Amino acid sequence: MKNKYSIFSLIKNAFSQHENWKQAWGDPEPKREYEAIIIGGGGHGLATAYYLAKKHNMRNIAVLEKGWIGGGNTGRNTTIIRSNYLWDASAGLYDHALKIWENLSQELNYNIMFSQRGVMNLAHNLQDVRDLKRRTHANRLNGIDAVWLNTDQVKEFCPIINTSPDIRYPVLGGTLQRRAGTARHDAVAWGYARGANEMGVDIIQNCEVKGIKRNGDQVEGVETSKGFIKTKKIGVVAAGHSSVIADMAGLKLPLESKPLQALVSEPVKPIIDTVVMSNAVHAYVSQSDKGELVIGAGTDAYVSYTQRGSHDVVEGTLKAILELYPIFSRMKMLRQWGGIVDICPDASPIISKTNIKGLYFNCGWGTGGFKATPGSGDLFAHTIANDEPHKLNAAFNLNRFVSGDLVDEHGAAAVAH
Amino acid sequence: MFLINCPYCGERDQSEFSCGGEAHIVRPKQPTELSDDQWAEYLFMRKNIKGVQFERWNHAHGCRKWFNMVRDTSNDKIHAVYKMGEKPPVE
Repeated sequence: MKNKYSIFSLIKNAFSQHENWKQAWGDPEPKREYEAIIIGGGGHGLATAYYLAKKHNMRNIAVLEKGWIGGGNTGRNTTIIRSNYLWDASAGLYDHALKIWENLSQELNYNIMFSQRGVMNLAHNLQDVRDLKRRTHANRLNGIDAVWLNTDQVKEFCPIINTSPDIRYPVLGGTLQRRAGTARHDAVAWGYARGANEMGVDIIQNCEVKGIKRNGDQVEGVETSKGFIKTKKIGVVAAGHSSVIADMAGLKLPLESKPLQALVSEPVKPIIDTVVMSNAVHAYVSQSDKGELVIGAGTDAYVSYTQRGSHDVVEGTLKAILELYPIFSRMKMLRQWGGIVDICPDASPIISKTNIKGLYFNCGWGTGGFKATPGSGDLFAHTIANDEPHKLNAAFNLNRFVSGDLVDEHGAAAVAH
Repeated sequence: MFLINCPYCGERDQSEFSCGGEAHIVRPKQPTELSDDQWAEYLFMRKNIKGVQFERWNHAHGCRKWFNMVRDTSNDKIHAVYKMGEKPPVE
């Protein structure tokens, strides 16, 4: 690694008032042709480029990003990482990602602030209890750590939760995945961008894809705001805008794009040292290292690309937060934002070839894509490089909507993602 | 969040309504004749347009009637509202 970050480089740069740090990645103009092009410079896209270069030796590739890297959903999520999914296919996919997360800071030589602070999922009614207990059993059979906590154990693990039996949706217990946690979302994008760039990947920002050129059923290149770029392989990782890109290639996807909101509070002293999610009342909360409460709300129930979201959705989430955590009643919220999430009918992602040669899609992550970033990139890179899926993402093909072999995680996942 | 002019009740808050997704997807006349590809197209594939889209809405917390709407999904501006069975407006 050319510019290795270490305690020594930190000390050395301290002497020059940190004014001589080298740029972590370049800002090149696009070449006329690439071996492969990744559309979308978010975490998943950059990770795909990184693993294409690292594991499949494809160095002549470019990541095209219409805005700035990590400026989409990578910078708009609540940074939760977990792998406690019900079905075998999902468990395999998300735990593959979690295993990469565990060593990612070392691998990238970039502190992504991965913190295995645990994720707790609360049960508020009898059906929740049954579902979550079933899920802990399924998780353990798949080698994923999961334990069931009764109400007292929930209270002990996170004392600020109101476990009184007379609240509207009382806490009847919960599950805990201790290996789960959070990471610094921006750093993930930056770390992958730096790693990929160091291996020769061009990261081209402010470059919007306007069209996909096809010759019969083979892709030939992309029309962009910086001119035409030739390529034989295109990996689309455009999240909420996947359908827009698919339309350029004459494809239709089983996706609906909806705004998903999150918000953060003013920073306070450490009060909650884990992540608590609650499906029934749709509220989840953690605390960032800066001290802000990071709160996730739900999606709007209609298609929209506005990156805003409705006020009543936030209101519903905050009602639930206040019922569960009365201690937060006087907290002020600092910022609220929306990201556009692409939701599949079965709430599972698509990491797949298409019936157009050289066109690959990695989309449909819906409301829970951040946790999968490294695994998604790794498996998508494998799919692009070999023109066939890895066994871990074989189930997540586009053809499942024709065959009916869905990975139905809707409601079966720990929370509505 | 926006206001919707229900064709039966007049202007109400969007939170009173629920969205039924893309409009004018016709249920196949001969379901038994359909191939798997055609079923997939009918059940799952959506235009998911960024721009002007035709969609179905239901006034769930009002008259509970279904109607159609033309809305720009890039800015949530509503262009037209029309009753079920009526011809979609031509822009």
